[in-house]
Amino acid sequence: MTASAVTTRGGRAPAPPRERSERPRYWAYLAPMAAGFLIIVAIPLVMNVWFSLHNWQGGASEMTWVGLGNYVELMQDPTFWQSFRNTLYMIVAIVVVPTLVGLLLASVLFNLVAPRVGERTAAFLRGSYYLPQILPIAVAGFMWSWILDTDGGALNAVLTAIGVASPPDWLGSADVAIYGIMLMLIWLQLGYPVVIFMAALGRVDPSIYEAADVDGASWWSQFTRITLPELKPEIFIVTLTALVGALKVFAPILILTGGGPEGSTVVPSYYAYRNFFELSRVGYGAAISNVMALLILVIAIGMLVFQRRATDD
Amino acid sequence: MTDKALVHHLSAPRAKGRPRVSTVIVVTLGVAFAVVMLSPFLLVAMNSFKSNADYSANGPLALPKALDLSAFERFLTLIDFPTALWNSVLVSGLVTLGGLLISVLAAYAIGIGRIKARTWVVAVLLIATMVPQEALVYPLFYGAQATSTLNTVWSVIVIFIVIQGAYGTYLLAGVLGTFPKELIEAARVDGASAWRILWRVVVPVLRPTLSVLAVFFFIWTWNEFYLPVVLLGDSSSQTIPIALATLRGQHAIEQTTITAGSFLSLLPTVIFFLIFQRTLSNGVTAGAIK
Repeated sequence: MTASAVTTRGGRAPAPPRERSERPRYWAYLAPMAAGFLIIVAIPLVMNVWFSLHNWQGGASEMTWVGLGNYVELMQDPTFWQSFRNTLYMIVAIVVVPTLVGLLLASVLFNLVAPRVGERTAAFLRGSYYLPQILPIAVAGFMWSWILDTDGGALNAVLTAIGVASPPDWLGSADVAIYGIMLMLIWLQLGYPVVIFMAALGRVDPSIYEAADVDGASWWSQFTRITLPELKPEIFIVTLTALVGALKVFAPILILTGGGPEGSTVVPSYYAYRNFFELSRVGYGAAISNVMALLILVIAIGMLVFQRRATDD
Repeated sequence: MTDKALVHHLSAPRAKGRPRVSTVIVVTLGVAFAVVMLSPFLLVAMNSFKSNADYSANGPLALPKALDLSAFERFLTLIDFPTALWNSVLVSGLVTLGGLLISVLAAYAIGIGRIKARTWVVAVLLIATMVPQEALVYPLFYGAQATSTLNTVWSVIVIFIVIQGAYGTYLLAGVLGTFPKELIEAARVDGASAWRILWRVVVPVLRPTLSVLAVFFFIWTWNEFYLPVVLLGDSSSQTIPIALATLRGQHAIEQTTITAGSFLSLLPTVIFFLIFQRTLSNGVTAGAIK
């Protein structure tokens, strides 16, 4: 070994000169992304934490340090808890129902419709379940403001036509409004798990299903014994992705109900927005959004750990 | 039919004595479900072409008595739709280009340059894509005010170039991690600079992935809502979703006007979907999801 190796830190052999001279140049390629990340994500995130430790009405008004005061207030704020209770409804509409129904539909299309009727029929049905997914959520909300309209809206016209005497006041009643929003979200979300699960089923070795067919296993027992276990990774990913989506629901609330009637449909995202831009309570809004960010971070890390473990296996 | 084919036909699952009734039921249910899923689109389309009088006399489920465009006319007086459409195209188009550019550059540094701490860089960028916009909105609103880009499309364009770019970097860095080293080495031996290798060797190989990414960047940006609704308060800068939300907040609107507006607004997305259907469904399943 030559003297140059001794001078290298940690005693490692020196890198070939070419690679060493190229390192800084490659960093330059990362620079635009790094600068953008700092300005658009990192610094705003730190500022948001800073804001949340103050009482501040925004703009040029004075900031008063309150430490964790906003967070303490949150814990005692019934509207904050109401907003997270409503998130549970959003989870039912975005995670639970679409995942369960999506599993059934994907399995029916893949195991029954495609082999017995044809790939094309299955692809067409899949496409029609998926179509709502491509809509901008605001356009969907605008559409559904008409569908859910109590007098003369499409849904109540259908309900009246099939003999429902007094159809619900979808967006006008505090007891019903959240269900109206859930209906729209289920419609919007359903196609996503169907597409993911069908693709995953394409990955399953067809001989497993053929063997089950030979043994005379019914569709249902194939579903519970083969489909569900095989799709475990996709079910996990779909669930977590949708969970993040459920925590972030905003546009339908802003467009359909504005959090009402009587605060019955307020969700965390909307509550933060309201505090920032309508009530001028910037510190409090920042605290709400930080709680959301923290929850989503935990879910995201769970997802990363799971993916890493799945690829290591 | 040869004997072999006949045997094969008999042993196919279809002919194995399964009751065909169940197939009929399953398909009927599948089709009925598709009708339910598509009915909002069909009803919106149908009611867009009705006059107000026709709508109030016959309700939303009847076919239009006559083709009537007055609902569209009313909608177009409430919203400057051509401007909103142009803003949507401009924002989505520039974000797609800019997002692709910065993610290709960053992924090149990570995947080919194999810079130090690359695992951390990728993890941080992936987490950046998941940060809820709620936690960024006020500082960004403040920053847009300070730079006089509030109520202009430019604030939204810059922000989403970075947000989409972070996702693109994560995805492309993974793809480039398995890039054939021989190609790079061969180009280096020929004396090509890193910059030249990027554009002449790496980008051409990445082209299929980049086109999928472009489709997704475009449609994600088109659909964005939370930050744009805050940053684009002025109607001259609003994209279609923001213009619709603002309209809904301001007026009590006639029902046929809502359907006509929905119809016009969903038209570009549906056309886009039909053109890029294959890319979209393949991309979703390949993990290009958000």
